[in-house]
Amino acid sequence: MASAEAPSWRDEVYDVLKQVGVKHVVYVPDAGHATAIERANADADMHSVVLTTEEEGIGYLAGAWLGGDRGALLMQSSGVGNCINMLALPACARFPLLMVVTMRGDWAEFNQWQNPMGQAAEAALRLMGVLTWRADDPKDVRPLLHGAATMAFNGDCACAVLLGQRLIGEKEWVK
Amino acid sequence: MSPGGTLDRRAVVAGLLRDRGDLLVVTGLGSASYDVMAAGDHDLNYYLWGAMGSAAMVGLGLAAARPDRPVLVLTGDGELLMGFGALVTIALRRPRNLSIVVLDNGHYGETGMQLSHTGQGIEVSRVAEACGFPRVDLITQMEAIEALRRRIHAREALALATVKIAAENPPRVLPPRDAIHVKNRFRLALGLAPA
Repeated sequence: MASAEAPSWRDEVYDVLKQVGVKHVVYVPDAGHATAIERANADADMHSVVLTTEEEGIGYLAGAWLGGDRGALLMQSSGVGNCINMLALPACARFPLLMVVTMRGDWAEFNQWQNPMGQAAEAALRLMGVLTWRADDPKDVRPLLHGAATMAFNGDCACAVLLGQRLIGEKEWVK
Repeated sequence: MSPGGTLDRRAVVAGLLRDRGDLLVVTGLGSASYDVMAAGDHDLNYYLWGAMGSAAMVGLGLAAARPDRPVLVLTGDGELLMGFGALVTIALRRPRNLSIVVLDNGHYGETGMQLSHTGQGIEVSRVAEACGFPRVDLITQMEAIEALRRRIHAREALALATVKIAAENPPRVLPPRDAIHVKNRFRLALGLAPA
């Protein structure tokens, strides 16, 4: 799929973040975000911040916005549960929040322990007032992320783009 | 000595906020917010009324976005403990302009003075030291507050100070609760668009 003419969706995630003026990428690592994290770490103009738990990123990005900067939180669906109470911050203060969530427990999941939070992730986000979009096809990643970023940074909304497991691909457990 | 310390929290906070100049302040929910409000409301205060455990991380993001300004996080032991992992995240980033001051009374003052972890032997400043904070202080005397205030403004090193305050609840002085208003006036005071 990947070629010089058509960047892969993995690169497009980072490309969109740069295009919309993101200066802070805060993350709990996930294989699906590996490309964006590597590019953030290699980018001298990007604050690349590894978190111990996802809700740290919600506070961080609120502070960055108070100081005039845009950022994005990269995380896995299992981290959505960690964020629930902290989502009061963007809900009450209308801080922009852009989350990119790689899904587990979603499709062709080998590890059933991922299923409860994976299945509840989108509903949990919406319960807390986060707008959500799902990308299962590579061609949807760029427009959905661009649209979410627009509504976050221009509309002061909390927005999450969920990257489906069909998009990311089946994890190889036994080699 | 009972858990916590002897210092008057309102006097400590008023001392730290004297001649504040271009200081940016983030307050953890509960008594720390009341203390900062009691010292005088200011456009460059961001008061948290919830999101417990986030104050230090809000301070980290703000310090990263505004390296030209000193940033002070004023919070309590209970609030910090809820987001304790943030200490290692912040220690790795090491912004020179960020200071975290923990008003440590060893108790959950807002909920009826139940003992906290710090009131039962966990010393936050030692944890911060172990995490690699370049500047750590444990303050039990009022005389040390002025020097701490000067270090906050110097922006020379990421710092955490635990200030041992008395376990008492002074009369509440409530900051504004409209978080959008507080956000927008903070950004306006920095010359940013409100939205």
